[in-house]
Amino acid sequence: MLTLEGLEYTQGDFSLRADFAVPVGARVAVIGPSGGGKSTLLNMIAGILAPTGGRVLWESDDLAGMPPGMRPISILFQDNNLFPHLTVAQNVGLGLRPDLRLTVAQKDQVETVLARVDLAGYGGRKPAALSGGQISRVALARMLLRAKPLLLLDEPFAALGPALRDEMLDLVAELVAETGATLLMVSHNPEDAKRIAQSVVLVSDGVANAPVETGALFADPPAALRDYLG
Amino acid sequence: MANRAFKITPVIGAGAGAILLLLALILGPLWALLWRAEGPATLGVADWAAVRFTVLQATLSAGLSVGLAVPVARALARRQFIGRGVLITLLGAPFILPVIVAVMGLLAVFGRGGIISAMLGWIGLPPIHIYGLHGVVLAHVFFNLPLATRLILQGWLMIPSERFRLAASLGIAGRDVGRILERPMLRDVLPGAVMVVFLICLTSFAVALALGGGPKATTVELAIYQAFRFDFDLGRAALLAMVQFGMGAVAAMVMLWVAVPPTMGSGLDRTVERLDAPVAWWDGILLAVISLFLVTPLLMILFDGVPNLFSLPSSVYLAAGRSLGVALMSTLIAVVLALILALMVVRLRRGAVLVESIGYLVLAASPLVIGAGLFIALFPILDPVALALPLTALVNALMSLPFALRTLVPAVRDIEASYGQLADSLSLTGWARMRLVSLPRLRRPLGFSAGLAAALSMGDLGVIALFSDPESATLPLQMYRLMSAYRMDQAAGAAVLLLGMSLMLFWIFDRGGRANADA
Repeated sequence: MLTLEGLEYTQGDFSLRADFAVPVGARVAVIGPSGGGKSTLLNMIAGILAPTGGRVLWESDDLAGMPPGMRPISILFQDNNLFPHLTVAQNVGLGLRPDLRLTVAQKDQVETVLARVDLAGYGGRKPAALSGGQISRVALARMLLRAKPLLLLDEPFAALGPALRDEMLDLVAELVAETGATLLMVSHNPEDAKRIAQSVVLVSDGVANAPVETGALFADPPAALRDYLG
Repeated sequence: MANRAFKITPVIGAGAGAILLLLALILGPLWALLWRAEGPATLGVADWAAVRFTVLQATLSAGLSVGLAVPVARALARRQFIGRGVLITLLGAPFILPVIVAVMGLLAVFGRGGIISAMLGWIGLPPIHIYGLHGVVLAHVFFNLPLATRLILQGWLMIPSERFRLAASLGIAGRDVGRILERPMLRDVLPGAVMVVFLICLTSFAVALALGGGPKATTVELAIYQAFRFDFDLGRAALLAMVQFGMGAVAAMVMLWVAVPPTMGSGLDRTVERLDAPVAWWDGILLAVISLFLVTPLLMILFDGVPNLFSLPSSVYLAAGRSLGVALMSTLIAVVLALILALMVVRLRRGAVLVESIGYLVLAASPLVIGAGLFIALFPILDPVALALPLTALVNALMSLPFALRTLVPAVRDIEASYGQLADSLSLTGWARMRLVSLPRLRRPLGFSAGLAAALSMGDLGVIALFSDPESATLPLQMYRLMSAYRMDQAAGAAVLLLGMSLMLFWIFDRGGRANADA
């Protein structure tokens, strides 16, 4: 279980509070107006941003002071998820060993996850030779290989067209179902949330609200969500 | 990341070590000179004359360079013509041009036997005399007018073209555009440009050695050289060194206070879209004159030197080999130091100020003072002749450090901003991060920095003059000797060799950084 215990971030005029828990295996969408703090929330959980108050717990472990790479977390950013000077196989291999000294067995593992995301044989290419959808798949392959129990997606598919984005979301849903991982996914599109999320965290007015079941939320949206949806 | 907990990482440790090394190299020599000095020394009349001359020539050089650079930059900013790109590239060239080569070229144009004197002779006028204050200032303007032009052009191109469009739509034209848009920009840019040129001319040695001299035209650097080499008066050398350092420190302090525009920026290929542009016929003439001023001396060198290139005495080729070795060693030291410092500085919160301070401290420090001091400190334990080349390489590396830092720091910062979080999230730390992220992504700026360091060291005529021993002369020194012995044909041949080697070194390193570099 991911527990945010009185989590707070304040800087100047901006502030964000979160105080809720997400059960293991849940698929949660984080939605809300831009600038509201959706990315801030994810960055605090990932350890990229230090909270000004409160704690992040995974199961019963306090993650405070744990560097991002050591947390039980994989995160995909909006962009720059791959190193452009490394090949696809190297980018994925980083998920196994940050120094890339891979054994033969580990190289086979890389091939296997690439095949799982339909990129068999693409290992030798550089990201510049891939399409936007393929780049997302490489990042997802690395996530699979890292096998962390908590996945954070900070709108990594925002730049893709609608059809491709749906395809990626479906792939994410499949991978999460296979691995039993917990998913927190930022989106500004309610359709994305409806597509794969069981519950939704609404971030607005400086508060990340506790997750509410997706169908119930959109059936009877609170005022803040109505304003956002327009 | 500002929020990351501060830890003493290997990078911070290495960086602190590098800074201590720098401070030791800059301040240690002063102390060594003082320690070795016998009895209290005083500065004579000639020494004070050197101080006055140094400040005078630096002021004149800075004023003339920047004053001329304003109209040149304006012409380049508002005119689009064939060859504009070439001209702007050419303006970057004097930076890696060996000083002694340029001096020789200037002599071929402005010297007693040069083109201009010959033309004056046709109409019965006496030849011009280049040695002395005006020669020194002329050479400094030759080097720094292009630099100042690039700095100011940068300022012009930083005014968004929308502003000019807005001004035109409001019917603001002619002089008023200058008052509203250009003058504020110049107010921001000019003080920095003046100070950069002033500081460069303040520590000028090779130009003063070749074109100055005599009691009337000696810079403090030249006086240090003479006190050390001819009189071996260490006390006076130490005092002069402190005067030099003091002048440099004051100038550097002023520079930290006025903002200096970025030197190595790209994107100068744009023109300012001027809807109000009056047809300024003098722009073309000005640019033509400036191009002639910059190109003719180099053409003269090629003209005189190429025929002699393959009939040079073997001492010249040996010197070229030594110079190459020194340049490569110096490049390695400069790039490693700069990389360590850049990596550290980006991790520190107030790193930017630190970099600027280091840069200006080094610019203000005199290479001759450092060289002489290190020599004094080390010669009881080591053989001075054996020291000459390694010391030259080390001092040359220090001198190119500010430029390497200015290139590397923004690049490292950029990498951290784009890929720092990704690397963090994958536990890419330490050497793996360096090997897999930093170094591959820094190839271009590293190549450029290495090219600059190699070319600057190749062409340097400074510290090595202190130890000028026939067995350890570098190519610039050997060339200077040929000039002093009036073997002008051979000197011109050596000049072409030196010029070619400097440009080749820059090209090879810069090219190496670009080849196969992924965006």
